[in-house]
Amino acid sequence: MSVKHALLGLLSEQPKYGHQLRQEFEVKTGDVWPLNVGQVYTTLQRLERDGLVESDEADSEGPQKWFRITAAGEQELARWLMTPTDLTVPPRNELVIKVLVALDIPGVDERKLLQIHRRYLVELMQQWTRLKDDEGQYDFRLALVVDAELFRLDSVIRWLDAVDGRLKREAPALRAASAELPILRRRLAVRK
Amino acid sequence: MSLLELHQVSKTYGAGPSEVHAVADIDLEVDRGSLIAIMGPSGSGKSTLLTISGSLEEPTSGEVLIDGDSLQKMSRNDKARLRRRTIGYVFQEFNLLAGLTALENVSLPLELDGVSAKKARLAGIAVLEDLGLADRATRYPDQLSGGERQRVAIARAVIGGRHLLLADEPSGALDQANGEAVMRMLLSACKKGVAAVVVTHDAQLASWADRVVFLRDGRIVDQTVPPPSAESLVQNVPQP
Repeated sequence: MSVKHALLGLLSEQPKYGHQLRQEFEVKTGDVWPLNVGQVYTTLQRLERDGLVESDEADSEGPQKWFRITAAGEQELARWLMTPTDLTVPPRNELVIKVLVALDIPGVDERKLLQIHRRYLVELMQQWTRLKDDEGQYDFRLALVVDAELFRLDSVIRWLDAVDGRLKREAPALRAASAELPILRRRLAVRK
Repeated sequence: MSLLELHQVSKTYGAGPSEVHAVADIDLEVDRGSLIAIMGPSGSGKSTLLTISGSLEEPTSGEVLIDGDSLQKMSRNDKARLRRRTIGYVFQEFNLLAGLTALENVSLPLELDGVSAKKARLAGIAVLEDLGLADRATRYPDQLSGGERQRVAIARAVIGGRHLLLADEPSGALDQANGEAVMRMLLSACKKGVAAVVVTHDAQLASWADRVVFLRDGRIVDQTVPPPSAESLVQNVPQP
C-alpha cells in the first residue's frame, strides 16, 4: 500500500493542508485504512525532500502548512498509476503450507481441515458483506474495497474446493504413496 | 416454531448396489425473517434438499414441517394448495413465461389460485412496486435484462404473502452486480417476514445469508455461527 502515491493523488486535485490529507485519504479509501498524522507528515517530508511536492514555507510546521504537487510529482504519480503492481512472486501463503503439511501427516482428516478453513473464510465474507448490506449508508468507495476483499477471500475458498475435489478423485493413489513413506524412512534410517 | 423444519430427512434413489443416498439425516430449521444459504459442491444434495423442502419430492424417511404442519400427513390437494399459497420458487433459469408481461407473470400464481384477475393484477403491481420493478411491469421477458428477469421471478415467488422462498442458484447465470441485486432483494423480502433458503456453490452469494449450512455427500457437515459486528473487521485492518 503506497501512502506516498495516495498523497500525491490527493494533491493532484489541488494544494492541501496536512491534516486535510489524512482525512481525505481515509474517506477515499472507504474509511477502511486508518492513517496516523505522524505517518502523513513523515511521508510529506520525504516527498518534499525528493522534489515531488513543495510546501508554502519551509519554516512553518503542523496542520497549517499546505502542500502542492510539483511537475516531477505529477510525473511520478502517472508512472505509478500506469505501472502494473508486481504480482510475480506468490505471497507466502500459510494456508497452502498448512494443507501441504497436512497431506503428509497420517491420521489427519483433510476434509475436516479444509472445512474448518472454509467456514472461517465464509464467516469473514459474511462480515464484509454486511458492510455492503446497509443501503442507507451505501458508499461507493467502501463497496469497491469490500468487493476486493470478498473476491480475495472467495478465491481462497475456491482453492479449498479445488483441493477437496482433487482429494476426492486422487485420494487412493495419495494414500498408497504415503503408506510407502514410513518404509522408505526406515530404510534410510537403517543405512545411517 | 420455525417456518420450515426438517427432521432426520433422507432421500434414497434406487436399491441394492445401485442405491444412492441423495441426502441423509438432515436436520434443519429456518425461521421467518431469516435467509439461509446451503453451500456444497455439485452432487452434494443441495437441490434435492430444496425440492423436498418445497414438497416437490417426497423424502424416503424423516419429516418436513411447514408452519408446523407435516407434509407427510397432507393430501396431494393440501400440498398443491401449500405450494400455491405458501411456497415460492426461484430457479437459475428464471422460468418466466415468454408470452406474458412481467406483471402477468407475477400475478399468475394468484390467478391460478382462483383470485380474480383484477385483484391479482393489483397485488402484482404492489409487489413489483415494492421490489422497485414498477417501470418494468408491461415488458415481456425478452425485453428485460437477465438481472431484471430474475428479480421479476422473485416478485412472482413472494406475491400473495407467500412466505417460504426456495431459490436454487438464483444468480448462477448473472454477473456480480446483478447477483448482488438479487441477493439484496431476497434479503429485503426476508426483512418483511419471508423465510428464504438459497442453494448455491458461490461463497459470495452465500455470504449474504444469516447462516450458511455446508452440505457434503448429502449430509450437513458444518454451519457458520452468527458473526460479530462488521466494525471489528475495520478495526483489524493493518495500517498501510
